[in-house]
Amino acid sequence: MNKTRHWYDYLWIWSIVFFALGFFNIIFAWLGMLDFILPLLFAIFGGNKFFCNHLCGRGQLFSVIPKKIKCSRNKPAPSWMSSKVFRYGFLVFFMTMFGTMLYQTWRVFGGVSSLSETIKLFWTFRVPWGWTYTAGSTSDWIAQFAFGFYGLMLTSALIGLIVMVLFRPRTWCSFCPMGSMTQTICKIKNSRKRD
Amino acid sequence: MISKKYSVVDTRRCVSCGTCIKECPKDAIYIHKGCYAVVDTDICVGCSLCTRTCPADCIALVDREVVS
Ligand code: SF4
Ligand code: SF4
Ligand code: SF4
Repeated sequence: MNKTRHWYDYLWIWSIVFFALGFFNIIFAWLGMLDFILPLLFAIFGGNKFFCNHLCGRGQLFSVIPKKIKCSRNKPAPSWMSSKVFRYGFLVFFMTMFGTMLYQTWRVFGGVSSLSETIKLFWTFRVPWGWTYTAGSTSDWIAQFAFGFYGLMLTSALIGLIVMVLFRPRTWCSFCPMGSMTQTICKIKNSRKRD
Repeated sequence: MISKKYSVVDTRRCVSCGTCIKECPKDAIYIHKGCYAVVDTDICVGCSLCTRTCPADCIALVDREVVS
């Protein structure tokens, strides 16, 4: 049986377009902030996970790829991967890394550091990415944020792809920081309402 | 026709990602206020598509109690 398709069932294309754009011009990485802000807006104001459930291109991509090419072992992931400890631990780690990235942007803004035209993968490996930016075309801090954010997005996508192959296609969703954050907001909102 | 089995979500482990909703051919699952998935046991046909796809592996098929 085929389910009715909505326009938003094709948002997985967006997650590919995002990385493609950043490959040519890093400033497009700013668009990725939509994937940060929208889920939070839905959770905070709507008390729902409409973003995860229907709009997240990344989640869809992990479902779509293994349907097109058989590449996922489709085995359940070890249960610790979806445990609260690991999910919150990963959320804290991820937000710390996000904070570090903001701090670096701040330093470039203040002229303490100079712009680094590289992206950092797995929070360790610096990869040259300079062809995507013409020095001076915007403020350095705007570019610094873009490089930092793109690296974060690419790193998390790569982790997601690895667990997609090793375990079930959408294993990333079981510990995705955005998913954990929005679910927690919804839970808090809900418990408040019941009082 | 009522199936022999239906699926049940372990709401404590569910991450409310909605992967199961997308798989269910009967639209028998919804996410309760962003917190966890709920299966409408009257609609569920026990096909196990959701149990096999859940990234947190927190849906299980259980036998329907025969009410005579
Ligand atoms: S858990 Fe993360 S990757 Fe999965 S649907 Fe939600 S935001 Fe997207
Ligand atoms: S796929 Fe699993 S974790 Fe995700 S909403 Fe459904 S029951 Fe919950
Ligand atoms: S077992 Fe099949 S019909 Fe029942 S909730 Fe899961 S996917 Fe839907």
